[in-house]
Amino acid sequence: MYKHDFVRRLDTKGGDRRQNPFHIDFTLLMILLTLCITGLFVLYSASEQSMYYVKRQATFMLAGFSGMLIVAQFPVRFWERWALYFYLSALFALVAVLFFGIEAKGATRWLNLGFTRFQPSEIAKIAVPMMVSAYLGRRHIPPKFKHVVGALCLVGLPALMIIRQPDLGTAILVFTSGFFALFLAGLRKRYVIGSFLGGLAVAPILWLYVMRDYQKQRVLTLLSPEDDKFGAGWNIIQSTTAIGSGGLTGKGWTLGTQSQLNFLPESHTDFIIAVLAEEFGLVGIIGLCIAYLMLIGKCMLIALNAQSQFARLMAGSISLTFFIYMFVNMSMVSGLLPVVGVPLPLISYGGSAIVTLFFGFGILMAISSEPKRIGAWR
Amino acid sequence: MLRDNAISDPKREQKTFTIRVMLSVVVVLFLTSAVIYRYFDLQISRHQDYVTNSDNNRIHVRSVAPTRGLIFDRQGELLADNRPSFTLNIIVESASDLDQLIARIKSLVSISERDILRFKKRAKRVKPFEPVPLKYNLSEQERAVLAVNSHILKGTEVSAQLMRFYPQRELLAHVLGYVGRINERESKVIDVDNYRGTDFIGKIGLEKFYESQLLGEVGAEQVETDARGRVMRVLSKKDPLSGKNLTIHIDRKLQKVALDALQGERGALVAIDVKTGGILSMVSVPSYDPNPFIYGISQKQYNKLLNSPDRPLFNRALRGQYPPGSTIKPVFGLIGLQNGIFDMNYSINDPGYFFMEGIKRPWRDHNADQGGHGHGVDLAKAIIESCDVFFYTIGVDIGIDLLSKQSALFGLGQKTGIDLPGEKRGIMPSKNWKKDNRQQDWFDGDTINMSIGQGFMLTTPLQLAVMSARIASRGEIIRPQLIKAIDGQEIMPTKMVEKLQIDDAYWDYIHGAMIDVVHASNGTGRIINKDLNYKIAGKTGTAQVISINEEEKYDSSKIDKRKWDHALFVAFAPADDPQIALGLIVENGEHGSLTAAPIARKVIDAYLENSQQEKSGIASRTNPLSPPHIKVN
Repeated sequence: MYKHDFVRRLDTKGGDRRQNPFHIDFTLLMILLTLCITGLFVLYSASEQSMYYVKRQATFMLAGFSGMLIVAQFPVRFWERWALYFYLSALFALVAVLFFGIEAKGATRWLNLGFTRFQPSEIAKIAVPMMVSAYLGRRHIPPKFKHVVGALCLVGLPALMIIRQPDLGTAILVFTSGFFALFLAGLRKRYVIGSFLGGLAVAPILWLYVMRDYQKQRVLTLLSPEDDKFGAGWNIIQSTTAIGSGGLTGKGWTLGTQSQLNFLPESHTDFIIAVLAEEFGLVGIIGLCIAYLMLIGKCMLIALNAQSQFARLMAGSISLTFFIYMFVNMSMVSGLLPVVGVPLPLISYGGSAIVTLFFGFGILMAISSEPKRIGAWR
Repeated sequence: MLRDNAISDPKREQKTFTIRVMLSVVVVLFLTSAVIYRYFDLQISRHQDYVTNSDNNRIHVRSVAPTRGLIFDRQGELLADNRPSFTLNIIVESASDLDQLIARIKSLVSISERDILRFKKRAKRVKPFEPVPLKYNLSEQERAVLAVNSHILKGTEVSAQLMRFYPQRELLAHVLGYVGRINERESKVIDVDNYRGTDFIGKIGLEKFYESQLLGEVGAEQVETDARGRVMRVLSKKDPLSGKNLTIHIDRKLQKVALDALQGERGALVAIDVKTGGILSMVSVPSYDPNPFIYGISQKQYNKLLNSPDRPLFNRALRGQYPPGSTIKPVFGLIGLQNGIFDMNYSINDPGYFFMEGIKRPWRDHNADQGGHGHGVDLAKAIIESCDVFFYTIGVDIGIDLLSKQSALFGLGQKTGIDLPGEKRGIMPSKNWKKDNRQQDWFDGDTINMSIGQGFMLTTPLQLAVMSARIASRGEIIRPQLIKAIDGQEIMPTKMVEKLQIDDAYWDYIHGAMIDVVHASNGTGRIINKDLNYKIAGKTGTAQVISINEEEKYDSSKIDKRKWDHALFVAFAPADDPQIALGLIVENGEHGSLTAAPIARKVIDAYLENSQQEKSGIASRTNPLSPPHIKVN
């Protein structure tokens, strides 16, 4: 028992944990279920109406849900204490990938565990904000300069390792998720503005020294996809065609010609939003956005009602990270951002991402089921 | 774990955090609106553009080859057919082990190394789901073996397509020609739109000449394809229009008689319907089977044909240029008579030699050894006995200019305008011709050589037949023509309005002389008059292949057979009402009378007998069969 816990106790109504004996947030659960089921339907259509991916994805989701419910049973402080070990194991896995990873499509991102393969960078997506939240949760608000530097180191180390894979997109997202914790912790305005300008300054350096040719190509492709119709531009031309041809109400489930006839690349993973847009039209897109915003809103409420600084930062950065995935994915598929390998959360096929996401939501449920303060946001 | 001695201020933490969350919510809402706006822009504002893009992506037009028109003979017998031909294909995508599969197939049907090489080359170029042909033209037995073993041949399929087939094989090769795959040179010339969906084009012969009629109109299918080009379904279809069916004047039976009569020789025969100019028979021997050319004949087979000393690929009837020899004597006689150079009573004395003023060396008559044709050789006798000295004499009298100009009216040295590609013109020499081609002046000696159809003069067998038909029809300018009808619609012969201006008396005289060539006891063609119940008018000819010193005697026993004289014969019959006219040559056949004339008799006999039957209403199918419709998948 630390003194902070004790101090906070004074401020709360009392430790009535029995209000929610299974630590389940039903609103959150319902929104998640809705998104997952929608995702399975879109996935069925995107994978040429085969049940193979749907079954696998459903299995992942089931595992994710179970994981989430288990994670929710642990008190928030448990996760706070274990954040460091979790973070270290993620770092370890990232190092292992660099040496023993499985190579696919020119990048080494996977670890083979014998019974399954997984992407350590996915774990980093949750481990990094957790670590930063734990680090800043016990420190001055707003964070002092040395703590800002410390937090940036915590974020930078895994990000650099992910760049080495290479996976610039995920690295940036991991970095961003850590940065959100910093931002929510009250990072001074000058640092926020400074980092924004710093980002602009780093861009040319990234371009010249870090980015690989294929990554540069993706950025150039975004600017003029028609230059290389059948090469780099193919993905973006086909996805915008799929989206645009969907119109207001779409071509109908499993009737999207772009996706069913394989014009759309990666239609069951990163580009699945184009399938949804083609088959369900703008109506489907707005519906999905509403569901996402409800989910993010709910997470934000949980964050606002959280009992400790760690819980707040953790919940806040998870919801913002979730939003960033959604935003980046929807933007890259529609040609607003360069193509970086970011899946659409809860919809795209992919076990590691699903499990990681549910892990995060498990922590959110744990936070949400903590006893509430008086006058909490409801 | 993480320790910090700073005293925390929960209220302040909460407040700062709340402000930051609010800020984030604003940013989240703003960015989400931006994304939705982007989707709105794509899906609503620019919807139509993307619908077009999407349709262009998936909808393609695939061509459907039309069925090529068939060719029938005048009796409605099929000469060029389309037959389903079966091809063994391998779909690389569905074959698990390609080498093993090929080995298995090899154990069932014969497959050459060349087939396998060609297959491997093509397999690299096409998409993995597209069938790649391994063996063409499967026999019925091969198909059966493959069908029975289909369970161990996963990844193979047998497809059928209509392919040209010439059931008459070598009988009509030189008339019909053949189709073959479009080559690079042709692909630059043709209108590509018309040839979508077909690989074949008429290469030579009728197939080439009537290519545009035979081809038909290509059909189109709108198909939906996936990103790899695999056809998913057919959206709409415009059926192809079959090519037009041709009926030609050729009489297959007569053709067969002519080919059999010439079998074993090298030569050519052309028979013309005197009334219409229709080609009844056109034979060039030896011939060849055009069928292997359709798929692409093997180099070995082709070389064998190409290098054969008998030159089977050479269409002698159309492109063979031979000295006409004595066969042109009636024409020169007519020219002399009509121009008043001499009259029908004019005669000479033939000692067997002809001397030209100022030239020491004489021109020999062919029977100089027997002392020539003697006294009182008039034009008729000169034609009947084929007296050279008479023609040497009148040739010089008529003069090269007149001979050259008026012979052209009989078609000599002129393209006949037959509906076949590649016809040769022959040579009807003139003073200008010699100047242009030999850079020499014309000498009287040249006229003398030419007056018996030697020297520079060259004609094709087709021209001889045309000449014969023009004599038979008393000066109708007949143009030879193979086509009789297109899709059942008769094609009228192209007849010139004007006739040759020659007095009837002269026609009678020349016809009489030509009848006597066959029917008189001294006629050079008398050996064919046995048991004739009608009259044949003819003229024999012998053309020198090598020049023999004028004083020397030609002795075939001393000469290689390839250098023996060519035997020629022109004829028409029945003489009183000519229906058929023909010209023929037997290379190295020595004497027109002995070798060529009997062949003509067989052909004329067959034709007249047949037309007699036709008239009495037996065995005649004038309407060609409608083309068989064979479903091809």
